[in-house]
Amino acid sequence: MLRYLRTRQAKLTPILLLSPALLTMLFVVALPLLFSLYTSLTPYRLTRPETIETFIGLRNYMRLFSDPDFWSAFGRTILFLAIALNVEFLLGLGIALLINRITWGQRTLRTIMMFPMMFSPILVGFQFKFIFNDNIGILNNALQSLGITDQAIPWLVDAKLAMFSILFAEIWMSTSVFAILLLAGLFAMPRDPLEAAKVDGCNSWQVFRHITLPFIMPFAFIAMTIRSLDVARAYDIVSVMTGGGPAGRTELLWTLIARTGYENTRMGQANAMAYVSTILSIAFTYFFFTKLVAARRYMGGAE
Amino acid sequence: MSRALKNRLRATALWFATFLLMIVISVPGLWVVLSGFRPNREILAKPPVWIPEKLTLNNFAKIFGFGQDQVAIPVLEYFRNSLVIATTSTLIALIIGMAGGYAFARFRFRFKNTWFLGLMLFRTVPGIALSLPVFMLWSRLGIIDTKLGLIIVYVSLNVPFTIWLIDGFFRQIPGSLSEAAQVDGCTRWQAFWRIEFPLARSGIAAAGVFAFLTSWNEFALASQLTRSTDSKTLPVGLMDFTAQFTIDWAGMSAMAFIIIVPALILTFIVQKHLIAGLTFGGVKG
Repeated sequence: MLRYLRTRQAKLTPILLLSPALLTMLFVVALPLLFSLYTSLTPYRLTRPETIETFIGLRNYMRLFSDPDFWSAFGRTILFLAIALNVEFLLGLGIALLINRITWGQRTLRTIMMFPMMFSPILVGFQFKFIFNDNIGILNNALQSLGITDQAIPWLVDAKLAMFSILFAEIWMSTSVFAILLLAGLFAMPRDPLEAAKVDGCNSWQVFRHITLPFIMPFAFIAMTIRSLDVARAYDIVSVMTGGGPAGRTELLWTLIARTGYENTRMGQANAMAYVSTILSIAFTYFFFTKLVAARRYMGGAE
Repeated sequence: MSRALKNRLRATALWFATFLLMIVISVPGLWVVLSGFRPNREILAKPPVWIPEKLTLNNFAKIFGFGQDQVAIPVLEYFRNSLVIATTSTLIALIIGMAGGYAFARFRFRFKNTWFLGLMLFRTVPGIALSLPVFMLWSRLGIIDTKLGLIIVYVSLNVPFTIWLIDGFFRQIPGSLSEAAQVDGCTRWQAFWRIEFPLARSGIAAAGVFAFLTSWNEFALASQLTRSTDSKTLPVGLMDFTAQFTIDWAGMSAMAFIIIVPALILTFIVQKHLIAGLTFGGVKG
């Protein structure tokens, strides 16, 4: 009997330990999400509270999917993420390889690299709004003082340049996540296979391609997973730098949600959009997490 | 080309690339910090003033409400709100995260990976998407524009990642240590507090710092769930400057400086443990 109780207890303990976390997530995330789902099926407007009781089925979603503004924001968001994540990975890899080869001050460099990661996205946005400002920004001032151009380049006013500036800010902020984790991977790499490969006559590209890269890939997936948990923080950057302008040309899915929900008070419609963005985020995280688990298994680290 | 020269060239190229990298990383931040100590007049000057004539603390005096000319933005209140909200939510998230992380690190149970993934997926809901229903529910509950409302949200924001990190730190400690203590007559509870907790302490502190900074830096939710000086945090307060007709770049930079400094100091203290936690929890399944 005692033994029975003890095994039962051993089974219950992890559930008990996890329950505060689960309850928190249930009440603060899962329940609101359910409420959000319901609201997305109503024509709810903040200015007309009674509209929350009208049920209109999938009409919000239908309107959404036939709205060109939504699709352009959606496409822009996907493009934005694709460019940002790829550039961040490649730059991060380059930086990690670079710092790995440096023999002095490695730690200091690593610490400096960590700082952008810890910046508030809103600060990163402000900082680059300041730098890219066409009139008083340091970038235009420098270009003009050096005589490269005599005109003020409209970094945040021209649609294409504004998108570039936002991408620059995003990449500046997040590359260090990749660099730091890939560097940790390089530090953890055993030396023997590298030396064996060199003895066997591999050139440095072959060593990199077939030994280094497979070893640090799990670290890249950790970085990708961490990044994908927080992709929507680009919202902060865009709201400071351009607010979605000029004329909606830098509007991402997330800024469109805020505009529809809070500025135009169309909560029902905004919730439908929010659901699309949530599913997008979940798909990203799920994808990279399964990659991470697979890479882990490949490394033989799994239980 | 001789071998020595080649090596020399390669070293120079490395040095140059590193130098360039460090400039790109540090100049934007340093420029903002510097601008916090310059008068607005100098920032707006045409042609640009490159070398500041003298540095001044006026911007800080202004935003904190000392001196003759003041800015109508209650930075001190925002600072207090940020501090209270970030600290409280971090402490609660740490307690919850320690329990959860310990469960993942030390117990085997069914669907363990699924539970873990599920927790992470909750974290991935975009702040702005989550803010819509939370905004509606919190207004019904009457906790919109209160510190409590934001603390609750931040706890849930921090729990998944805290679990990820703390799970990693507990895994680094061999389970045999606490088993040995239990053989010697400790209860599991005592073994945890006397053996495992002290060993994981620096890691748990790192997880705490990460959680603190997440709350300290958060904007998307805070900007919708706060309205007044009762609960507005620093990142939301920063936007007050842009709402005015002309942007007070100097004041904004000074406020940015106030937001950056705690983040930099904390990062500097815990960076080593943070990297260890991120990689260990992630790689060894």
